Amino acid sequence: MIDADVHIPNPRLRDLYPLLPEHWVEHFNNTVDKGASQEYYPPRSPVAGRRGGLEELREAVFDQGGAELAISSCLYAVDSVHNPDVAAALAAATNDWQSREWLEQEPRLRGSVVAPIQLPAAAAEEIERCADRPGFVQVLIPARTEHPLGSRLYHPLWKTIERSGLVAAIHFGGAPVMPPTPTGWPSFFLEEYTAMAQVFATQLTSMIVEGVFDACPDLRVVFLESGFTWIPSHLWRMDKEWRNLRRLVPWVRRPPSDYFREHVRVGIQPLDAPPDPAHLGEVVDQLGSDDLLLYASDYPHVHACDAGDLLFRLLPESLGRKIRSENARSFYRMGG
Amino acid sequence: MKYVVAEASEIESGGRKIVSVAGRSIGVFNLDGEFFALRNRCPHQGGKLCEGKLWGVIRSERPGDFEYRPSREILCCPWHGWEFHVRTGQSWCAPERLRVRRYEVETVAGEEIAEAAEVTAAPIEDPDAPSPGMVKGPYTAETYPVSREGEYLVVEIPG
Repeated sequence: MIDADVHIPNPRLRDLYPLLPEHWVEHFNNTVDKGASQEYYPPRSPVAGRRGGLEELREAVFDQGGAELAISSCLYAVDSVHNPDVAAALAAATNDWQSREWLEQEPRLRGSVVAPIQLPAAAAEEIERCADRPGFVQVLIPARTEHPLGSRLYHPLWKTIERSGLVAAIHFGGAPVMPPTPTGWPSFFLEEYTAMAQVFATQLTSMIVEGVFDACPDLRVVFLESGFTWIPSHLWRMDKEWRNLRRLVPWVRRPPSDYFREHVRVGIQPLDAPPDPAHLGEVVDQLGSDDLLLYASDYPHVHACDAGDLLFRLLPESLGRKIRSENARSFYRMGG
Repeated sequence: MKYVVAEASEIESGGRKIVSVAGRSIGVFNLDGEFFALRNRCPHQGGKLCEGKLWGVIRSERPGDFEYRPSREILCCPWHGWEFHVRTGQSWCAPERLRVRRYEVETVAGEEIAEAAEVTAAPIEDPDAPSPGMVKGPYTAETYPVSREGEYLVVEIPG
């Protein structure tokens, strides 16, 4: 089994001191700047999980969880940092820390490059610096960004990711200057949490319509903690509107759902499950391909239902096998 | 069955004429001197396709690239904007399964029509015809008095 979404905790600022340029250490010591926001989730909430070390991750993900390989990410929110040099320095130090403290210590663990996505050129530099390091298989991109991800502003960044051979992992969260819903700032975390599916839908539309996959035909994208039940109806709508309006975006030469099925994979946790499990089976069917879903535990975040258990009970054994490991193995080109 | 639908000079280049032939509404288009006829009914939901705007052909290899040919051969349905190639009736949005009915158009001298056996100069009501105005014969000049001197557009409706 391959677990496509586990988390390593954010580094504490002092973990990064040995890896940061000296003047930034002095800056953090002598000013109120204490680095990036710690989490996209409210502190101490169940979804925020607990802060475990490598031993706890090994036990939960590999020993008890039964994964042979796990793809991790660190959600240290360098995208929340307005000082561009601090953002780039924190991203670089975080990646060095991930390599040293996690990826080099555990050969079954894969990692995600943290990059200051609000500064596409700096992000591209950091990705190039880390791309060939052992363990890194993807770039972490928070779902909420300052501009839609298909914007021309990001095209050079997508080209860098494509060239690097890494997957682009678009993950729940993000701390840009923009509100987390399409109509402004909500009052409660429940609203932000629920609306994240809309953020993913917007990013998917943007990337396809603005031609990211035409500009970067080898780009691979994975959605993590996006949910997937919203996807079929969204693709139906996109295909329908493409027929009416494709003249404006003639580089989109196939129905948008084709691009999705070719370039995007989706982690299964958290599962926005309908009350009747039979309906869930219909949604999986409506995705239109058995290759799309990847098993994900979201360790150490705790969700109300175990997505894997529910799906594997419901789906045919052959599809369960694909979701457990074959889809990830093939998409991440993991061999074996 | 062949129907005379217009004088050749009547539809200018880039223009069209919508005619009623054998109970069907059909658009006859002049693309640079070549004539094409399409059913005036979009295969999507039945919109009056042939009343839609004509557009040039636009192609693109990557975002921001536009390779434009101002041929005005692409017909967009006024209802939902679905695109069809006037030359072939081929849909551009779901090419594997959508195509609008096209008909052969030929330009025929008036003399040839006049010499055909069952030429009529005006529609004849036939009680067996599937719709009023449909008549038998190799050529039918629906509302067209045919003179030996002119050239006429003739649409062939199979069956």
